[in-house]
Amino acid sequence: MNNTEVYGQQLTKSYGEHQALNGLYFEINRGEIFGFIGPDGAGKTSLFRILTTLLLPDSGVANVAGLDVVKQYRQLRLILGYMPQKFSLYTDLTVRENLDFFAGIFKVKVKENLYLVDQIYGQLQPFESRRAGDLSGGMKQKLALSCALIHKPRVLILDEPTTGVDAVSRQEFWEMLLLLKKEGITILVSTPYMDEARLCDRIALMQHGIIMATGSPVEIISGFSKNLFRLKPDNTLTALHQLRQMSGIHRAEMFGAYIHLSTSSEIKTPAAVAQKLQSGNIHYTMLEAIEPGIEDCFIELMQQTSEP
Amino acid sequence: MNKPDGNKWKVIVVENLVKKFGSFVANDHLNFEVGGGEIFGFLGANGAGKTTAMRILCGLSKPTSGNVKVAGFDVYTQTEKIKAHIGYMSQRFSLYEDLTVSENFQFYGGIYGLNRMQIKEKLENMLSRLQLEAMRKRLIRTLPPGIRQKVAFSVAIMHEPEIAFLDEPTGGVDPITRRQFWEMIYETAARGITVFVTTHYMDEAEYCDRISIMVDGRIEALDTPAELKKQHDVSSINDVFLKLARKPARNIQL
Repeated sequence: MNNTEVYGQQLTKSYGEHQALNGLYFEINRGEIFGFIGPDGAGKTSLFRILTTLLLPDSGVANVAGLDVVKQYRQLRLILGYMPQKFSLYTDLTVRENLDFFAGIFKVKVKENLYLVDQIYGQLQPFESRRAGDLSGGMKQKLALSCALIHKPRVLILDEPTTGVDAVSRQEFWEMLLLLKKEGITILVSTPYMDEARLCDRIALMQHGIIMATGSPVEIISGFSKNLFRLKPDNTLTALHQLRQMSGIHRAEMFGAYIHLSTSSEIKTPAAVAQKLQSGNIHYTMLEAIEPGIEDCFIELMQQTSEP
Repeated sequence: MNKPDGNKWKVIVVENLVKKFGSFVANDHLNFEVGGGEIFGFLGANGAGKTTAMRILCGLSKPTSGNVKVAGFDVYTQTEKIKAHIGYMSQRFSLYEDLTVSENFQFYGGIYGLNRMQIKEKLENMLSRLQLEAMRKRLIRTLPPGIRQKVAFSVAIMHEPEIAFLDEPTGGVDPITRRQFWEMIYETAARGITVFVTTHYMDEAEYCDRISIMVDGRIEALDTPAELKKQHDVSSINDVFLKLARKPARNIQL
């Protein structure tokens, strides 16, 4: 019945004065893709280093696949795949040598598990004899993922695999993760890109060492309690400044050429918003009520948690 | 600064720009113009040739052939003039981390040839505008990434350049700070400073007046975000990008 594969309880970590993790609780189910979503400084990397047994928590408990990250780190390391944010393979070894090296450490044969990374490593095969340091960014990333997978880990932990990667490579990377999920591997992934949230089964929204919300993307969105509207103003800056001065307007934020406007409970309909806009003499070409996205939720939660 | 007639005032003019490294064609006959006060998004896959083109526009590298003028100056013969008329900021390296906020202003102000009074004025304006008075003596290294990036941008435009080049300015920044950053960009453009920006956040492309998308060294699309979405019959720039940039042959080779 118990389907929990990874959990953390009251996890804290500080570096001197800086509190990187501020009492985290989370549970991740076996076989799901779980996303930790948040900006730099949210605590994602500290958390992943603790889960991969590379860093000790100050207090609290973390457990991966039934193994305690502090007491049973040796066993745990055998079943973890980890791709750190910084490229950490051997740049002066070739593509193939890197793969052989990681397979060797885990005492597995490349041949046995190559099927797992077929899709990814296949693209690297023409360059097997190239030094890893001479690969392009996208290729390095594919090699790092192949090396993290070659021992067929039970849990795969990926720290910001798509940061600085172009939109096409990001999409391809996510396609690979969905394939790995089919193999039953539990995947923990961190990202600052809010739009990647929808590709995860469940997510935790993080900021300043705390988890602000956890759930499926649909659950998170259903927790958004304000009325939300989208309008296309003639002049974005002017409209933003005016709207922020108005009563009944909760938040006004740029979203591309649009403004997302969340309002207090008495302003429920586009007609009511239109009246507001008219009273402020704000010119616009389009106005509609919309469903929030993850980014709207994140912004709302950030504001809530920063207000004591 | 008053904005001259938009039709005539082109701060970047690129005609048939070609840049080769040996037999490799990094920029293959690029043609585009950027107007004064425009926010121009320069998009492309990794390895598409954006950095190469940007280095040429900043006067750091010369084209193999073609005509390129930046702020009215020629990239072959007037690179020092170009450098004095542009600002540059990147996510990775812009400020000295071991110097304070105010020391960075003094340092860069000195490089740009501003006098003490001008530097002080710029610094005080920035600190009050961004409500950072308390941060004046903080080492850059100790600042949160979002604040660091706002300071870096302020430094990049402290000499009132004609063009600010921003290379992935908002990576890893939280969604509220990212928007504050874009509001700064809008205000800067409204003052007549052209903003030339690269980003991997496709939703940010939608903040730009016009965008170009590079694929394999060529510009495959150049228009307003709204027009590009219409042309490709999709609802986001991300989809336009995926349509154009999916499986470029070069990705496999590099």
